[in-house]
Amino acid sequence: MNHPTPSQTVGPFYGYALPFPGGGDLASGGIGVHGHVYDGAGDPVPDALLEFWQADEHGSLAGSPGTLRRDPTDGSVLGRDGLRFTGFGRVPTDQDGHWALRTVVPGNGYISVCVFARGLLHHLYTRIYLGPDAFLDALPAQRRRTLVATPEREGVYRFDIHLQGEKETVFLDFG
Amino acid sequence: MSEPLKQADIDQEIAARAGEHGEHPARDYAPYRSTLLRHPHRPLVVVKDPDAAELSGPVFGVTDVTTLDNDLTKQHPGEPLGERITVRGRVLDRQGRPVRGQLVEIWQANASGRYLHQRDDHPAPLDPNFTGVGRCLTGDDGGYLFTTIKPGPYPWRNHLNAWRPAHIHFSLFGTAFTQRLVTQMYFPGDPLFPYDPIMQSVTDESARQRLVAGYVHELSEPEYSLGYRWDIVLDGPAGTWMEEGR
Ligand SMILES: [Fe+2]
Repeated sequence: MNHPTPSQTVGPFYGYALPFPGGGDLASGGIGVHGHVYDGAGDPVPDALLEFWQADEHGSLAGSPGTLRRDPTDGSVLGRDGLRFTGFGRVPTDQDGHWALRTVVPGNGYISVCVFARGLLHHLYTRIYLGPDAFLDALPAQRRRTLVATPEREGVYRFDIHLQGEKETVFLDFG
Repeated sequence: MSEPLKQADIDQEIAARAGEHGEHPARDYAPYRSTLLRHPHRPLVVVKDPDAAELSGPVFGVTDVTTLDNDLTKQHPGEPLGERITVRGRVLDRQGRPVRGQLVEIWQANASGRYLHQRDDHPAPLDPNFTGVGRCLTGDDGGYLFTTIKPGPYPWRNHLNAWRPAHIHFSLFGTAFTQRLVTQMYFPGDPLFPYDPIMQSVTDESARQRLVAGYVHELSEPEYSLGYRWDIVLDGPAGTWMEEGR
């Protein structure tokens, strides 16, 4: 087995390189999920970068390419064509630590999240569950709650991420 | 007001953690002060599910990059200032298989150590001919190539007189979301290595060496550019063998 290349923090200056227009618009006409990222003092994290990976509404994980589709004339980002589901999103938090995602309910019940931030030397994985699931049942009730999106109004869910502390989100290890 | 944190204080903290085993930095690495409130206290929850969505991942294709994206010296009317370099290597998984057709993204400071980011207030000049962003897809052998300029070191405020060694930020995708990697590539022989808590957060010496590119004279182009080689190995379970080479 090869030894892996170590992780390093994304740092504070990824903002002109990694985010792209429409990064949080996976699909229209579906649901909205939004929330804040908080640090261990309960303060919002304005320089986190969230990535999302999910199945389509039928549970297919065969996402299409084209998330970053470019205009070959001038190189600008055209983004997804709005018809083929790519399953991938990327959203930097705003100055108030807030993020938002527009997508469809994944057929397998959850949206995978990868969290990067200045001060985070190795990214963290978590999941946004939109309903009950056997995986959640195996967790203590207090912790389970951190993985479940709260319905806020028709088609809109709330999901906050706490990097540390009392309300700390459950983060996942895939071995 | 407390005394400003000095390099000597950080040096002591770095020394106290040196040699700890681990392929990746510990998230609770205090010498890098921004980690303090940004790492979980509870252990991660292990997922052993062969159907986990994270064992697959996003797919990128020829529409997601343009052919000019991997030459950071050609993005403006003029040539950027600095030492022109090429950085190339292969992206592999832990079994040594090439990661094919996947997205590699880089970003970096200019030759003076300044990022094109409005929150970078280091009083070094911006370069109108350099943005510092590149991307490409890996080839069939997992290979990638960028032409750019060598970034400068830059100061930051972790402690008094803190300087980052010159580095290029890399973002990589494998066939599985579990293989995601964001890291930094360093240049051989940089005198700032021992003072930098971000680089030293990789406490295992041999693991830390894996962050340093090699200078390869044969890869230098006569009268044009200096050649560096940096191979990258993605951690985490890969997709199944059937997904290889999608
Ligand atoms: Fe940097």
